[in-house]
Amino acid sequence: MSIPPPPFSGPPAGTPRLELSGITKRYPSVVANDGINLKVGPGEIHAVLGENGAGKSTLMKIIYGAVQADAGQIQWNGREVVVANPAEARRLGIGMVFQHFSLFETLSVVENIALALDEPFDLKALAVRVKEVSTRYGLPLDPDRLVHSLSVGERQRVEIVRCLLQQPQLLILDEPTSVLTPQAVQKLFETLRRLAAEGVSILYISHKLHEIQSLCHSATVMRGGKVTGTATPSRETPASLARMMIGRELPVCEVPAYTGIATPALTVHKLSLVPDDPFGTRLQDIELEVHRGEILGIAGISGNGQAELLAALSGETTGTPEAVKLVGLPVGHLDAGRRRKHGLAFVPEERLGRGAVPSMSLADNATLTAQRQGLVKKGFLRPKAAWEFAKACIDRFDVRCGGPGAAARSLSGGNLQKFIVGREIMQQPIAMVVAQPTWGVDVGAAAFLRQTLIDLSRQGVAILVISEELEELFEICDRIAVLAEGRLGPAVPKAETNAEKIGMQMSGLFAPADKEPAHAPA
Amino acid sequence: MLEHLIPVLAGTLGAATPLIFAGLGELVAERTGVINLGVEGMMLIGAIAGFAAAADSGGGALAGLPAGAVAGMLAALVFAVLSLSMAANQAACGLALTIFGVGLSAFIGQHYVSFSLPGLQPLDIPGLVDIPVLGRILFHQDPVTYLGLITFAIVWWVLRKTRLGLVLKAVGEAPDAAHAIGYPVIAIRYGATLFGGAMAGVAGAYLSTVYTPLWVQNMVAGRGWIAIALVVFATWNPTRLLLGAWLFGGVTILQFHAQGLGIALPVQLLAALPYLATVVVLVLISRDKRLLQLNLPASLGKPWMP
Repeated sequence: MSIPPPPFSGPPAGTPRLELSGITKRYPSVVANDGINLKVGPGEIHAVLGENGAGKSTLMKIIYGAVQADAGQIQWNGREVVVANPAEARRLGIGMVFQHFSLFETLSVVENIALALDEPFDLKALAVRVKEVSTRYGLPLDPDRLVHSLSVGERQRVEIVRCLLQQPQLLILDEPTSVLTPQAVQKLFETLRRLAAEGVSILYISHKLHEIQSLCHSATVMRGGKVTGTATPSRETPASLARMMIGRELPVCEVPAYTGIATPALTVHKLSLVPDDPFGTRLQDIELEVHRGEILGIAGISGNGQAELLAALSGETTGTPEAVKLVGLPVGHLDAGRRRKHGLAFVPEERLGRGAVPSMSLADNATLTAQRQGLVKKGFLRPKAAWEFAKACIDRFDVRCGGPGAAARSLSGGNLQKFIVGREIMQQPIAMVVAQPTWGVDVGAAAFLRQTLIDLSRQGVAILVISEELEELFEICDRIAVLAEGRLGPAVPKAETNAEKIGMQMSGLFAPADKEPAHAPA
Repeated sequence: MLEHLIPVLAGTLGAATPLIFAGLGELVAERTGVINLGVEGMMLIGAIAGFAAAADSGGGALAGLPAGAVAGMLAALVFAVLSLSMAANQAACGLALTIFGVGLSAFIGQHYVSFSLPGLQPLDIPGLVDIPVLGRILFHQDPVTYLGLITFAIVWWVLRKTRLGLVLKAVGEAPDAAHAIGYPVIAIRYGATLFGGAMAGVAGAYLSTVYTPLWVQNMVAGRGWIAIALVVFATWNPTRLLLGAWLFGGVTILQFHAQGLGIALPVQLLAALPYLATVVVLVLISRDKRLLQLNLPASLGKPWMP
C-alpha cells in the first residue's frame, strides 16, 4: 500500500479536462454542495476526500448528470457544458463506477454492458470486445455469466469494463475499494495508473487516507458541502489530511489488553444452511467460539454468507438446537425473541427496517426488543417504563434526538446506531452479535461506538463483530476469522495476522499461513 | 372420439385468444415492474367500446378491435398517471380501474343489451387446412386468433432478441440502476402499461365482437383475472404464457363438450373447472420459490420516482 504514485506529467498549464466553478446544490433540509470549485487535468488522478455526508456523492452525480446543480458552471475541455443526463455525460466521455453497483442481477455480463452503450445491438460482437478489453486491462471477465453469480470484485470489473468500452476521458470511481480484498485493491490501482498514463483523468472518491496517498496526484477535501482544502496527498500525512477532512484530530480507541481466561459464551458448531434465496450463499460447517470478555471479528466481503450467518445467529433462521449454544444452552432451534430472553443481543446491519421500525418512536422501539427489562407485563405494555428506558439509553449513549418520542427515522445514521447499540447493551447481554457497527456513521460517532464495544467486552460480554472494514476489525478485535464463500476460517489472534493474510483468505484460500497459494485469486 | 376431439382442440385456440392478448400485455407491463390489476376492467372497457364501434359504424369486428385497443389504452393511461406519475399504490389503482371498468361498461352497455353482431368467419389457410386432423384444428380459425399468435411471436422476439426487450427487463429488475445509466424509467413504464392496456382492450373487443358477438353485461367473466394469474403461472415467460392460455382455453371448451364426451358431472362444477385449474396450477407454481424468485421482476409493484 505504500507504493508512491508515478510522477505526474500532465500539462499543469494546459486546459483542464474538467473544471467546476461555484457548483451549488440545495436540498430542502441541507445544502449538499456549496460553491464547489474543482479542477482535473488530463491524465490526473484526483482524489475527492470527505466523510459520509460531506457532499462528495452529490457532486459526482452532478458531474455525471444524474442530478442537476442549482448554480455553477461545468467546463469540459475548456468549453462550458450542461450535463442534462447520464447519457449526455457518456457522450461527452465521462464514465462512472458507482458505489452501489448499477448492475442488473438477472442479466448476463454482456447484456449489462450492452444496456449502457449507444451502439447497434449485437451481443455476440460485443462479447468479443468485452473479452478483449477486459484482458487488455487485466480485468478478466466471462461475458456470458449472469451477474448474480459474480463476486463483488467481479461486479466492479463489469462496471469498469463497461466504462472503458466507451473510451472515457474522465472516469469517476465512488468508494471503489470498500468491497474489495486488499489484493484486489492493488490490482485495481495498477489498472487505474495505467489508464492515467494513457491520458484518462480519474476522479477518485474515498475516505481512506492511505489509498489516496498511494494512488492520487492531487486531492480536494470536502466537509459539510464545502471545499476545505486542496492538497498533494504524497506531501501530506494521514493526520494532516484527516484534520482537513473532519476538522479535528482523528480519534483513536483505547484498547485494554484482553486478559480473561477463555470461557466460551457463544458457540456455533457444525452450522450448515441452504438459503431460500436463490441469490444467497450456502453456509458450510461453520465452527466458532466467542469467549467472555473478547471481541471476535469476522472479516470478509458481503455476500459471502454474512447475511445468512447473521440470520442464523439472531434466530431469524432456526435450525438444530445444538448448532448455536449460549453458555452451553442449546438455542439453535429458538426464534429471535427467545434467544434475546436468554441473553443474546443483536445489532443488525440495516438500522431502519431491521434494527428499528422507522415510523415508531424510540420508546416503542425499545419495547419491541427489551425482553429482559419487563417493559411488557402480562401482555400489557408499560409505556412509562419504556419511556424511561429509552430516556436512560439516550442520556447514557449521547444520542442526539428529539427525546424518547422521536421517530426512529428522524435520527441520523450515527445517532440511531448509538441508540440501537445502547438499547442492546442495556439489556445486559451475555453475548452480542454486531453487524457493520459503523457503516455510514461519521468518524466521531464511529470512534464512540468502537470504544463502547471494547468497554463492554472488557466487562465480560462476548462480542462478535461482522464487518467489511478491515481496519476497524484490527482496531477493536482480539481475534479475527474470515468468512468466504460460506466457509469460516480459523479465528486467529490479531497479533498473528495482517491485512495481506486476511485478504488472501477473503478470496477463499484458507492455505496455511507460511505456504504460498498455487495461483493468485482471480 | 376423434370427431369430438377436433372441435374441442379447435375451440381451444379461440378460447385462448383473449387470454393471449391480455396476458401478453400484462406480461410486458410486469416485466417493467408495473403490476396492473385493472386488466378485467380494461377488457370490459375494450369490450364495450369495440362492441359500440362495431354496432354503430356497421364495420363489425374490423372497426371493433381498433376501438377496443384505443379504449383499453385510455383506461391504462388513467392507471399510469395515478400509479407512475403520482406514485400511487399500484394494487389500489388497478383494483379501482377494474371496478370502474365493470360499472362503465354496464352503463354504456345498457343501449346494446341483446344487440348482436355478425362476427367473423373462420379463415382457412390455403393448403395447410387440408392437412388431415391438424388442418381443421390449427388452420380453420378466425383471423384474430392468427393475429394473437403473430402478436405472441413479435412479443417473444422483442423480449428475447432486441435491445428494447433487454431495457424492459432492466427497468423492472432495478429501476435505480436503469435510471443511473440513463434510461427514462417512467417513460418506459408508461409505454409498457399503455401496451398492456391496448392488448387488454383488443382482448375485450375480441370477446364482444368475434368470440360471442352479442352484448352481455360483465361478459369478460373473470378472464382478466385469469390473464394476471397466467402471467405469474408463466413466470413472466411468453412461451409458458401461451401454453397456459391454451390449457385454460382447453378446460373452458371441454366443459361445453363434456356431455358429448360422456362426462357426467354437475354443470356448476364444470363451469368452475377453468377457475379451479388456475388455482391448482398457481399453487403448484408457487411451491417452487426459486423459479419464481429468479424470474420475478425485482421491482414489481413498487412505486418509483427519479
